[in-house]
Amino acid sequence: MIQVQNLRKEFGPKVAVNGVSFTVEKGEVLGFLGPNGAGKSTSMRMITGFIPPTEGSIKVGEFDMLENPIPAKRLIGYLPENAPSYADMSVRGFLAFTAELRGLSGDAGKKAVNRVLEMCFLENVQHQSVETLSKGYRHRTCFAQSIIHDPEVLILDEPTDGLDPNQKHEVRTLIKKMGETKAIIFSTHILEEVEAVCSRAIIIDRGTIVANGTPRDLKMRSEHAGAVTVKLVDGDGAAIAAKLGHLNGVDRVTVTSQRPLTLSVFPRKNAGSDDLSRAIADLAFQERWSLQGLHVEEGRLDEVFRAITLPDTKTKKEETK
Amino acid sequence: MNPTLTIARRELKGYFASPVAFVVIVIFLLFSAFFTFMLAGLFEQGQATLSQTRYSLGFFGWHPWLYLFLVPALGMRMWSEERRMGTIELLLTMPVTPWQAIVGKFLAAWVVVGLALLLTFPVVVTVNYLGSPDNGVIVSGYIGSFLMAGAYLAVTSMTSALTRNQVVSFILAVVICFFLILAGYPPVTDLLTNWAPTWFVEGIASFSVSTHFESLQKGIIDSRNLLYFLSVMAFSLFTTSVIIRAHRAG
Repeated sequence: MIQVQNLRKEFGPKVAVNGVSFTVEKGEVLGFLGPNGAGKSTSMRMITGFIPPTEGSIKVGEFDMLENPIPAKRLIGYLPENAPSYADMSVRGFLAFTAELRGLSGDAGKKAVNRVLEMCFLENVQHQSVETLSKGYRHRTCFAQSIIHDPEVLILDEPTDGLDPNQKHEVRTLIKKMGETKAIIFSTHILEEVEAVCSRAIIIDRGTIVANGTPRDLKMRSEHAGAVTVKLVDGDGAAIAAKLGHLNGVDRVTVTSQRPLTLSVFPRKNAGSDDLSRAIADLAFQERWSLQGLHVEEGRLDEVFRAITLPDTKTKKEETK
Repeated sequence: MNPTLTIARRELKGYFASPVAFVVIVIFLLFSAFFTFMLAGLFEQGQATLSQTRYSLGFFGWHPWLYLFLVPALGMRMWSEERRMGTIELLLTMPVTPWQAIVGKFLAAWVVVGLALLLTFPVVVTVNYLGSPDNGVIVSGYIGSFLMAGAYLAVTSMTSALTRNQVVSFILAVVICFFLILAGYPPVTDLLTNWAPTWFVEGIASFSVSTHFESLQKGIIDSRNLLYFLSVMAFSLFTTSVIIRAHRAG
């Protein structure tokens, strides 16, 4: 549904986005991650046709955004950063206006407005003017605007920003549900959101894509991925670590906490975590350790995120060399 | 419905939802009545006319000056507010061309001025009651006044696209409109004729709203005058679109 190729944007001498390419199909929810100022919003603004790219091409559905913007824009619903809306209008009036611009007037418009009022829990405030609303309501008003024409493509710039935990949960559920039939791109700072909602995630840093994969794939890149965590009620940390270290396929063992005694057992490369956890369980049984827990780490997204986006981490230094 | 009209309708609602339209209309009516009856001495001049004469600015003669402040005040938020609030991003990612948005916004503000102008009908009734004016000339004056307001508004649209600050947009619009008046204002042209060649003075004056508005007040609906106002509008609105495009391109 969305094809982005070699997108580049320069603001004067500053390169905001540099060679970003990806595609999103229907039924996919793509999470857009990256530190502040990485080029997420700029990319989204280019995809939605608000700003033209310096280079590159954007295709939405079968339409080229640069050559044929109007039909391309028709397919897109867009929630800009900070969720702007016309402060002097009522929620209902604002939504009716956007519906009309989307070609929904009269009864069809009314129906569309009622539908999104209900979906976004705005019925109670529909006659209030936008400026009297709290931030959460304003945000949802703009979100409602983005789905008013039931678009095939949905682009959401920080859709859960400024919402309370309940509202966040509601919006995530909504995105996930809509993601079954639409192509969705959304940006966020909240990593748990990516795991909860996205079928795929892209990490962007300083204008370029540094990682692209399913949340599971990305987590596998974490240092902790595949490590077996062993939790014991008590015991001699050093001795146990030494014993674990002699198991087949173990790279190294670290004691992460003393009470309860927690150890991380890192397998060697190419050694399976499942075999390792079985071996550890056998050893614990033989040694009569007071085993409390044993599980294989999936890896942590925040760790991956930090490792590939922080300028002064090891990986980054190696990269620049 | 046509997006231009949808946008114009929303803007029009916006003008009346805030006090902007009311304030502009009421002040325009109060001042034009005060100037016409008190300062220009419509009753004392003994002539049933609304046009400016050698001795008095009459009714229409005040309009370039009244509009000088009221029209930029009305239009200053047209684009600067969109930029400040970020709604421009919403508007221009809708299936709407920038041109449709520009024209829609312009039309809405023009309708407000048109309404203010229509509400001056008691003046027309008064001169018709007191004497027998040439109503054709009056209609021509109204057309000229409306076109002039449109020209000012288009200039304001342009300055308002330049900045997200409404005050800056207002001041720039006033300065440009002030120049448009002065270029053909007799005290200024008289000053120029003392040392500049005639073609130069006439060239400058032809850029002025005063010159063209004066001939419309005399009842001369010349295509040159109409063309002047229409081209000021077209040029300013086109420049608005260029500014908006440049701003988006970064």
